[in-house]
Amino acid sequence: MKEGSAINGAAMMQASVLLAHDVGLHARPSVKLTKLAKTFAAEVELATAREGPWIDAKSIVKVMALKARKDTTLYFRAKGADAETAVSALISLVARDFEDGSSDK
Amino acid sequence: MISESLELQGRPAAAGIAVGPLIVLGDLSPQRAASGSIEIERRDFESALASAAHDLSQLITRVEGDGSDMLAFQLAYLEDETLRSRVIEVLSNGVPADEAWQQLLNAEINDYRSADDEYFAARSGDLKDLRDRVLRHLKGGVLERSLAPGAVIASDEVGPTLFLEMDWSKGGGLLLTAGSASSHVAMLARASGVPMVVGLGQVNFQDHSEAVIDGETGRAILSPNEEQRNRYLLKLANIKQQKTWETAFLRKPARSADGVHIELLINVAAIAELDRIDSAVCGGIGLMRTEFLFKDGKPLPDEEQQYAAYRRLLEWAGEKPVTIRTLDLGGDKPVRGLTSEREKNPFLGVRGIRLTLGRSNVFRTQLRALARAAVHGNLKVMLPMVTIAEEIRQAGLLLDDVMRELKAEGIACARPPLGIMVEVPAVAIAPELYDEAAFFSIGSNDLTQYVMAAARDEPGISHLNDPTHPAILKLIASVVAFGRDRNIPVSLCGDMASDPRYLRPLLRAGLRSISVAPDAIGRVKAALSEAVLSET
Repeated sequence: MKEGSAINGAAMMQASVLLAHDVGLHARPSVKLTKLAKTFAAEVELATAREGPWIDAKSIVKVMALKARKDTTLYFRAKGADAETAVSALISLVARDFEDGSSDK
Repeated sequence: MISESLELQGRPAAAGIAVGPLIVLGDLSPQRAASGSIEIERRDFESALASAAHDLSQLITRVEGDGSDMLAFQLAYLEDETLRSRVIEVLSNGVPADEAWQQLLNAEINDYRSADDEYFAARSGDLKDLRDRVLRHLKGGVLERSLAPGAVIASDEVGPTLFLEMDWSKGGGLLLTAGSASSHVAMLARASGVPMVVGLGQVNFQDHSEAVIDGETGRAILSPNEEQRNRYLLKLANIKQQKTWETAFLRKPARSADGVHIELLINVAAIAELDRIDSAVCGGIGLMRTEFLFKDGKPLPDEEQQYAAYRRLLEWAGEKPVTIRTLDLGGDKPVRGLTSEREKNPFLGVRGIRLTLGRSNVFRTQLRALARAAVHGNLKVMLPMVTIAEEIRQAGLLLDDVMRELKAEGIACARPPLGIMVEVPAVAIAPELYDEAAFFSIGSNDLTQYVMAAARDEPGISHLNDPTHPAILKLIASVVAFGRDRNIPVSLCGDMASDPRYLRPLLRAGLRSISVAPDAIGRVKAALSEAVLSET
């Protein structure tokens, strides 16, 4: 799901994806996710509910603190120049199961 | 100064022997003198962070697998802007750098430790490791890089990165005053053959400069005298020679001197063990315990979690057989909310199949997961503590029932054969009453303790708990003979199978299939290659 809206005048991209990774948002997936988020200039945020609370998707301390398990819906939103690319890249990373299937333990 | 030799007894965490110079590590108690200047504290903190990040990025280039994921996680944590700015904020209130860092990391560590999810809870160990690495840089303690290879390291506790950083190629070992045999470091030590003893309690290491560790028995000697040193050096040499000999057999077939093939399977207690074992060295899994999924104080595993675990086992084994034992709790393995707490004699109480038949919700979930996993390989299901044939029938009916359920739901499944453990004397004495079992697996540990009426862990009567007593061997021989007669496969999965001293008596009793501890494969194959079956 993707939706664009204008909040406070800036372009805000938002989308959600189901976390299918066997072990949830554990160390390896979290490292991959924050590393990818950091490659974008946009402010990128992550939540486990549509209404938030939103956390900085570039911070592993905060991402791991979510302790998101398998079958949690992850919401991403971003604001800034490359917001749209950032959100689709992150959604795609989760959808591709962090590129390591269920081998992560 | 020459010190008197001091013998210590701790808990064994990783087998092996080490003799070497003693180095006391990471005494974090000395206080770092605070500078009193916010600017200097901040600079010291930034520099300790940078040095710790440098250590980890160096380490990450030479570690693979599970270890490298853990390092990447620690490094990402260290480089996190959120964490850095929180520490800086506390620093600017005049708190010294080491205290500020400790305060924030301790809060994180406690948060993880209290997590329901076992995986997240285990991350608290990684964060402690990270906390101490930065603290060592702040306090200028011993740096692990400068440690002499081959040294015996003494400490209160040691983090996994520190372990990975040390050079163990020249021997050496670990002596911990605290610590646990189930810690990440203990797992790493066992995997890399580094002897380790934990739980030594308060010891004044400073008076000593040399140490001996026996990781098998949990003993250590500080400042050994010449006789003690030579005795352990000789043991070490023998172990090395024996290891070389056993390793040579690891990939050979399990065959006796006169060419008789023996089915050699392995016992597995946790899935993680399989990461270190190549399935080509054994004939499959003879006993997969499932208790590791059911942890005391944790929520019961659901069908999906169990299915994923069982499927991984079958995929690891490929075409080879995998025998999974249904939940065997009770006895010495209590789980709150599942096992009875007020049994006078738990080994004669509600355990194994007696427990699961009474808790059919738990049992059904496990059987559903097993039936679903069965489509992925050669699965056999084994029932523990069977005492009357009716228990096999009831389990079979439950299995039929969940099969119907799964089919109605359109979920892929297959019915695995149901076999039993032979550990209650009634079964060993009259196996013909249990001929509906698809296979027998002799559980020699419990069979011995029940037949000899002697517990295994009672030191005063350990001589009575003898698996080679003629009464036990007679029972084993009679079960094997009955199985051969009726075409029911018989194997043995107790500890005695892993001990080469017991191999000949077992072969003489007619056994041609045994299931052993993974690290005993080479040892058992080597012993087997010297046995002549026609003579036994």
